[in-house]
Amino acid sequence: MGRALTAPLATADRSRPLGRAPSCETVSLVVDSMHCGACIATVERTLRRTVGVKDARVNLSARRVSVTYDEAETGVQPLIDALAREGYPAAESVETTSELDRRRADDLLRRLGVAGFAAANVMLLSVSVWAGAVSDMDQTVASLFHWLSALIAMPSIVYAGQPFFRSAGAALKARRLNMDVPISLGITLATAMSLFQTFRGSHQVYFDAAIMLTFFLLIGRYLDEQVRLKARGAAENLIGLKALTATVVSADGRAERMPARALAPGMRVQVAAGERIPVDGRIVTGTTDIDESLITGETLPRVAAAGSLVHAGTVNMAAPITIEATATDDNTLLAEIARLMQAAEQGRGQYVRLADRAARLYAPAVHVLGASTFVGWMLAGAGWETSLTYAIAVLIITCPCALALAVPAVQVAATSRLFGKGVIVKAGDGLERLAHVDTVVFDKTGTLTRGEPVLRNGDDIAETALAAAASLAVASRHPYSKAVVHAARERGVPIVAAAGVREVPGSGLVAPRPDGGALRLGSEAWVSEASGPGEAAAAGGQTGSLWFSDGEGPAIALDFEDTVRPDAADVVRRLAAAGYEVFLVSGDRQPAVAKVAEAVGIAAWRAGVQPDGKIAFVEHLKARGRNVLMVGDGLNDAPALAAANASISPSTAADVSQTAADAVFQGKALAPILETMRVAGASQRMSLENFAIAIGYNIVFVPLAVAGHVTPLIAALAMSLSSIAVTVNALRLRSRRLNLVPARRSS
Amino acid sequence: MSALGWLIPCALVLSGMGLIAFLWALNSGQFKDLDGAGWRAIQDDGDEPLPPER
Repeated sequence: MGRALTAPLATADRSRPLGRAPSCETVSLVVDSMHCGACIATVERTLRRTVGVKDARVNLSARRVSVTYDEAETGVQPLIDALAREGYPAAESVETTSELDRRRADDLLRRLGVAGFAAANVMLLSVSVWAGAVSDMDQTVASLFHWLSALIAMPSIVYAGQPFFRSAGAALKARRLNMDVPISLGITLATAMSLFQTFRGSHQVYFDAAIMLTFFLLIGRYLDEQVRLKARGAAENLIGLKALTATVVSADGRAERMPARALAPGMRVQVAAGERIPVDGRIVTGTTDIDESLITGETLPRVAAAGSLVHAGTVNMAAPITIEATATDDNTLLAEIARLMQAAEQGRGQYVRLADRAARLYAPAVHVLGASTFVGWMLAGAGWETSLTYAIAVLIITCPCALALAVPAVQVAATSRLFGKGVIVKAGDGLERLAHVDTVVFDKTGTLTRGEPVLRNGDDIAETALAAAASLAVASRHPYSKAVVHAARERGVPIVAAAGVREVPGSGLVAPRPDGGALRLGSEAWVSEASGPGEAAAAGGQTGSLWFSDGEGPAIALDFEDTVRPDAADVVRRLAAAGYEVFLVSGDRQPAVAKVAEAVGIAAWRAGVQPDGKIAFVEHLKARGRNVLMVGDGLNDAPALAAANASISPSTAADVSQTAADAVFQGKALAPILETMRVAGASQRMSLENFAIAIGYNIVFVPLAVAGHVTPLIAALAMSLSSIAVTVNALRLRSRRLNLVPARRSS
Repeated sequence: MSALGWLIPCALVLSGMGLIAFLWALNSGQFKDLDGAGWRAIQDDGDEPLPPER
């Protein structure tokens, strides 16, 4: 699906300035099929040998290559073409915010390094003090160690703790509480009080606790950021590879390849049979069939002749056409879908993440507990200094280190498990929303089905006829032709390419027979005009079927259908067995939808639904208290994907739909949907488990702290142990066997 | 106790060197591609000089 769908045409002007000194440009290309050292070497060598390229450097983790080239000598397209010749499909990456995110991850890592350095040294000194307390350490030496700890810890905390301080400040400014508020308060108070106690020469010094807290929390924050960055990069790669290249015909008849997003209104674009149309436009020459399934869900192609409008993303099935690009204006289908999506997305912004919901309850409780400890000891007559010390010890013990790690650790484990199975979870709160789902709505074309035609009645056709039809079909890129060749291969029929195959635009393929006459493979009217009315080999020779005549006998009908994904029925059965309610909503015609619904075992289905109808259906379910998961691929599904509580798209989906979806799965099977739901459910349960562990620690240690028995050693131990416990618990998610459990119905 | 006079500075200098090495690695982009470097080490075809590190 082309970038033309998302980028307004006229603004994408990449014209080169003329008459300027040669300048170097750097471009990042997505090469998703690189896997090993040999791939790195081939890709880099190929690019460096291309004229005008100064340097090429592969990043295997990101599956991208950064190329520096001389703008005067080459462009992006020649680079992509050079890689394509070596067998590496490449595309210009659609980097949006990725550079900023990468810098943020680097920044976190830098702060993590500093915190780690400080934590190691402060712990070294603290352990000596703890050991010294039970042996013969001098008070002056202990005091020296405390001062050294202060010198190391304080600047490190000021630098490394900034992500928390900033986030807490932003939350307070917006009059909200998030997890970072008690964290920042805990770190700041612990540091301030430790400094005060160091001055006094007392032993209640918590620099180690403060810096370890910062260090552990930064680890969680960094892992979280890293996983998200990887998922976003992978999602961008998927979309980037779908970016189309267009063959532009200039006024003097020269053809030039360029990326679809560089197209401007008024340009003439040639689209070969079997190619995706890169831009909205009007047909100038040629008559063809247009497959609009990705836009409308309708499987049968539409006939389009000169003058008719075609949409970007549709497939030109039959004959080469030339179209004139038109600017996208507000009346197009695309603009309408964009409007619907925008409206639908607003409804989803209200979801509050689990950690923030916990913080809303937890933060006030911690602050109240600390305050009442202070007041209690004051009333008991302990003096303000002792009371404050105990109150701060309570704050340090309850400081939600484990609580703040609980959710990120699970998210990281869950996301990387799914990543390994080809599911990319893009939205930060996507897994949480998926865990609440109790109703699943499927789209038909391209989601339950594969979205490509397969010969249905291949077994009814004589082997010789099939071989003859395939001998014509190998010459064409039409999806039906490919299906014929595929069927012939599967039956083991030898395919010999016929000599002198000619493609008759809008009609079919014809080849002369050695003994006179002609083989014809094409539309019913065109084939039967040569051979007389055909025999209805297939039940109801529908439109869209292909006909074949060998020039002697009656014409034979070839009937195609869009096959259901192999495991679709199984996935639907399992979802239903686990208690999910499953619906099928499609823009296609009734008979086609009914057939697929029956094949996969969905009783509740609707056909001929427009994009706004899909939204209405999803909203109707939501109004009844359901949490809806929408699974769809087409442009017509995008608004419903945005409106549903959660959404999943196959990686073959239109880029708008992929952007709208929370998760994208790769491959031919539907089973990744089950795995995603399982992992989402499990990660929700484990987040709660982790909260329970963290709160369990508090229940043990808070009474000690309130009673004034917490030493710095206990504070540091309790915190580290609870952090490690929640992290280890989260890591179990990576290898555990999981069951499918739907969320409880809220109604 | 006089050993502390040089032991503590030693510990600080050594860990400080570790930190500086880490920051240098980070700033020179060595954490950008964690998979590629391992493969490059065992790849030995071609006589062309290695590209300059960026």
